[in-house]
Amino acid sequence: MSRKEEILHLLEEDSRLSSAEIAERLGYDEEDIVVDMAEMTADKVILGYTAVINWEKADSRHDAPVDALIEVNITPQRGMGFDKIAKRIYSFPQVKDCYLMSGGYDLLVVMKARTLKEVANFVFDKIAPMDSVVSTQTHFILRHYKSHGIIMNENEEDNREAVVL
Amino acid sequence: MRTLEESSRLSDKVKNIKPSAIRKFFDLANEMKGQVISLSIGEPDFVTPWVIREAGIYSLEKGYTHYSPNTGYMNLRRDIARYMYERFGLSYQPDEEILVTVGGSEAIDLAFRAILNPGDEVIVPEPSFVAYNSLAVMAGATPVSIATKPEEGFRLKPEALEAAITEKSKILVLAYPNNPTGGIMPREDLEALLPVLEKHPELIVVSDELYAELTYSADSHCSIAALPGMHERSVVIGGFSKAFAMTGWRLGFALAPKDIIGGMNKIHQYGIMSAPTTAQYGALTALREAYPEVQRMKEAYNQRRRVLIRRLNAIGLDCFEAEGAFYAFPNIACCGMDSNTFCETLLAEEQVAVIPGVAFGECGEGFVRISYAASMDNIKEALRRLERFVNKYRE
Ligand SMILES: Cc1ncc(COP(=O)(O)O)c(C=O)c1O
Repeated sequence: MSRKEEILHLLEEDSRLSSAEIAERLGYDEEDIVVDMAEMTADKVILGYTAVINWEKADSRHDAPVDALIEVNITPQRGMGFDKIAKRIYSFPQVKDCYLMSGGYDLLVVMKARTLKEVANFVFDKIAPMDSVVSTQTHFILRHYKSHGIIMNENEEDNREAVVL
Repeated sequence: MRTLEESSRLSDKVKNIKPSAIRKFFDLANEMKGQVISLSIGEPDFVTPWVIREAGIYSLEKGYTHYSPNTGYMNLRRDIARYMYERFGLSYQPDEEILVTVGGSEAIDLAFRAILNPGDEVIVPEPSFVAYNSLAVMAGATPVSIATKPEEGFRLKPEALEAAITEKSKILVLAYPNNPTGGIMPREDLEALLPVLEKHPELIVVSDELYAELTYSADSHCSIAALPGMHERSVVIGGFSKAFAMTGWRLGFALAPKDIIGGMNKIHQYGIMSAPTTAQYGALTALREAYPEVQRMKEAYNQRRRVLIRRLNAIGLDCFEAEGAFYAFPNIACCGMDSNTFCETLLAEEQVAVIPGVAFGECGEGFVRISYAASMDNIKEALRRLERFVNKYRE
């Protein structure tokens, strides 16, 4: 594995690590890590740093946000492939992820909203009326068990006993 | 109630086993459990990878709840043979040279009891895992220790081995990667022992390779049984506890020539019958599917190892570059305390638990064992407290 790949694997698990910490963990000089990170940021290999949040537990006066998956069927039109219609959809800021899929439908749109109504409005007002959209099917997420590789409600208690070495 | 010490009805052998020198320390650490950061534990902090746990559950659902054959399921022995060949170049016949045991611990006990006669000597390079000396005593033999040194990477040197051998020597214990020092024995160091071993063909090597997967140098682990002439006179002890994070499943194995495995199985079949069936099903999946998980855990250990060793040295606790297992073994001379006092004071004042080096043999005095089978956050916090402690007591 190259040094850059090693860095990416570490950051994927903990994006808050400083370059000094990365250097210490991987056994390199900090200057090398700083240069690699700068290059990868310039090359858009690293696009951003985020936190994984369990909104159900967040101390908020509002209800936890609503997450929805929207399956979209499309008839691609001449001169306007999937990419263009995808762009019209994913450019809305409430769209978190957007994927072109194989199988029963074409685009999978992941959306975060404050209320059910907001999702419904978005689908009816924005997506469904688009010319090339044939149909949509919306699924609401009821519970997050695991997100970004992290189990949401895991008991991490250390239950090891002090046995004879 | 009679205490263990004053009971006259126990056998002389049992009475002669020295009580653990650090029992008191363990009791204290146990009482304070929950309030202390423990870098004292010799088992992985990871739970067993889910693929393995799932395979165990599935085997129970299918009703695989009976005894296995005495020596272990044949397909598991076959997979162990293949795994040990692919990883370490060892070649053993699954039908007569492999025994599946209740942890490496049982395999060590069986090897000793199958090989030793009263009066025989067992050579144990120290600092070492605590079981060998007591198990040798239980087998009627006398343990003879060799002190290894940090400036030699705690490796066994041919001159030291030669000096320890007498006409009563029967077993040499090799335990690398080492608990408690983290030392390893690269191929050249093992080869350097061969001339001495050739001079003493009656000596059998019991090589405890529980940590074989956990080495962090460029070359991976080398087993002495892979060297010329050694297959016939070695017992390789392996297991699932450390690399696969399966301590509680209690599964290990021994690889040895047919006569030794046969002798060990004689004891095993009466004392144990067979190793746990559920654990054997888990182990089958471990060998077939969990290798990426082993690599992932190893990478995590390696990151912690680099952080721990670098910072220990920076604090002033000189620590040799441990390249195996999940232990660091720093020298605590700068604080002017013996290892027991150091650990008790550290526990009382900073709520950090590490193990006194003297627990692993007299030559471990002046050192402590720090386990990095703990989360990075705990390791870093423990290091902060250690630094404060060392600054306070540094002479
Ligand atoms: C060097 C060494 N050998 C053997 C064992 C025993 O392992 P098992 O769980 O396989 O009995 C241990 C456990 O700490 C160990 O450190």
